[in-house]
Amino acid sequence: MGDLLTTLGSGLPLVGAEVTFWWVMGRIGLVLLLVHVLLIVGALMVWAERRVSAWMQDRLGPNRVGPEGLLQPLADLGKFMFKEDVVPKHTSKWMYMLAPAISLVPAMVTFAVIPFTGSYEPIYGADGQPTGEYITQSWQIADLNIGVLYILAIASLGVYGVTLGGWASNSKYSLLGGVRASAQMISYELSLGLAVVPVVLMVSSLRLGDIIAYQADTVWLLFTQPVAFFIFLVASYAETNRLPFDMPESETELVAGYHTEYSSMKFALFFLAEYTHMIVGAALVVTLFCGGWTFFGLEQLGWIMGVLIFAAKTTFFLFAFIWVRWTLPRFRYDQLMALGWAWFLPIALLNIVLTGGALAFDQDWVLYILPVALIAAAVIAAWFKYRRDLDNDVPKLERAPQLVGVAGSGGEER
Amino acid sequence: MTTALFYVFGATALAAALLAVTRKNAVASAIWLIVMFFGLAANYVLMEAWFVAVVQVLVYAGAIMVLFLFVIMLLDLRTEVLESTAAPRLPAVGVIAALLFLVGGGIAVHSASLDPGPDPQTGEARQAAALFPDEVATGPEIEGTAENIGGEIFGKWILAFEVTSVLLLGAILGAVILTKRRLT
Amino acid sequence: MNVLDLAPVLPLASEMAEFIPVLVMLIFGLAFAALNLVASFLLGQKAPTNPVKDMAYECGMPPISDAHQRFSVKFYLVAILFVLFDIEVVFLYPWAVKFEADKAFLFVEMLIFIGILFLGWWYVIRKGAVNWAQE
Repeated sequence: MGDLLTTLGSGLPLVGAEVTFWWVMGRIGLVLLLVHVLLIVGALMVWAERRVSAWMQDRLGPNRVGPEGLLQPLADLGKFMFKEDVVPKHTSKWMYMLAPAISLVPAMVTFAVIPFTGSYEPIYGADGQPTGEYITQSWQIADLNIGVLYILAIASLGVYGVTLGGWASNSKYSLLGGVRASAQMISYELSLGLAVVPVVLMVSSLRLGDIIAYQADTVWLLFTQPVAFFIFLVASYAETNRLPFDMPESETELVAGYHTEYSSMKFALFFLAEYTHMIVGAALVVTLFCGGWTFFGLEQLGWIMGVLIFAAKTTFFLFAFIWVRWTLPRFRYDQLMALGWAWFLPIALLNIVLTGGALAFDQDWVLYILPVALIAAAVIAAWFKYRRDLDNDVPKLERAPQLVGVAGSGGEER
Repeated sequence: MTTALFYVFGATALAAALLAVTRKNAVASAIWLIVMFFGLAANYVLMEAWFVAVVQVLVYAGAIMVLFLFVIMLLDLRTEVLESTAAPRLPAVGVIAALLFLVGGGIAVHSASLDPGPDPQTGEARQAAALFPDEVATGPEIEGTAENIGGEIFGKWILAFEVTSVLLLGAILGAVILTKRRLT
Repeated sequence: MNVLDLAPVLPLASEMAEFIPVLVMLIFGLAFAALNLVASFLLGQKAPTNPVKDMAYECGMPPISDAHQRFSVKFYLVAILFVLFDIEVVFLYPWAVKFEADKAFLFVEMLIFIGILFLGWWYVIRKGAVNWAQE
């Protein structure tokens, strides 16, 4: 079994290798495998979101279907499938059916260039002895030489599902939600694109494998490019239409935004698209800023370790998506647009100029000013908070007593 | 293999383009136009112009078509309105435009096959380009990676690149002025 | 001799071949979406429709007028500004990849480019073109 895995694995990095029939078949197999993983994780995210939300609000969440409610997504799928597929008369039929598909596909296809693991092999010198250096070779579905730009290009297509869904529904809530969402997504796409430029500037390559190798050799870009990291993270929240940027479906004013008129599996596809976008967004943050599938040499244990590291890091950022949802309130639309255009755009540009200047004149220390200052500020703030808490003698909040056996306390609620 | 793929993607692009101009619903036209851009991008990939292919999707399919959709939705012209305002001789105009295009294209193809005359630098006679050459030789062949494109833009075409920024600036000012007047 | 070695070698450059899995993934994604839509159409229950069910949802009120109404020109302006700045982003990437070749020169070159477009950004902000609060 182990030999088989190694053989399969070593067939993956094929830059410059001959393109055989079996190479293509292998890649197609990989596509099928990863698409299924993506869909299953997407479905599990629906469960995770509800459980984590419940945990943060001190309730239970779905826990009846299967162990810990893990089979809830399957039950949901069954319910979505057998619900009536209502296509209201007032909609533009073809566009109405096309929109959910269009919103799901770009999210899935982006995943093609993200390395999920790789090999880590020592370089042997002329005398046959290891030189102490390593080659980090990432494995992904498609190793495109314009990788980063490919991601931006495909991400820019995500806006169509929302726009068309809103327009085709021919309902006021849907249209408003769709138009708002499109304007928001294109505004933050700029910041997203600009935030990655400093990364490319430092790595000098658009291949995601090279970006990971650079981080494995030096330091995670999170530490040298904290501004780019922050902008990228926030912009990816806006791109996925999640709180605090869930303007397009702000329930309190627009019912459900662009998918108000959707039901059955079409609604489920929109839902799945949102979660797939989240997974891809988290995986991208991990790849571009947090070292991807590498973790300080732990990945040398084998490619399965790489998969685990990648999954663990991605899970953390997925958790952060939910965490932020229950922590921050929603932005107002004018605040959201002002943040994107008046703040993120110039800051991202300045960051590019600063990084470019530091690299051009070999003043690398400039890159470390901000992270050091941020850490110092955090330490000082924590110390002041500690002092103030000591002075005020704030009593610790006690957890409310659990009501055991009382009707309603063991119920499940979304 | 690449030739066969070229015809597949070329046919896709052509069919999508035809559908784009024949659809009555403007939004459907826009969607077929997006499909056509994908066909073009695939053909760029076959020409090893990776960067151009991805920019085709990023700028045309991802940005300009969003603008188109916005305009279509913003105006939201009903089909009746379109029919009542459309010029009655529209088909005739279309035929004339197609004829002009054919004549123009014919002249371009014909002039390409003419004797180009002596080379202005060396004075040697140059060979006429074949109408359907097996291999088009146009300067040194470079692969269309982002790095090579960067080398060309930021080396040879530096002035054009800087002037582009002024062009973009002009467009920004124009857009703001045009929309501002209607807002107030 | 490995059996796998007998398979034909495809006449494609390996850089180009990397796009094959992308195409396959695109087709697979579309097929998945289509399959789901068809399955839910076939499996879903079918109930008789009525005028109220076909109505656009407006929280119980009968919808007044058509939903497709003209909306603010500001959305249009945002889209146009997005296209223009997106072109700037596209220029930045080949620059970033090529940067190592001649750092100082390329830095100054891009400084001018960004500087000119920064003026455009400043004008946009100054005129309140993306300010949605004031009306």
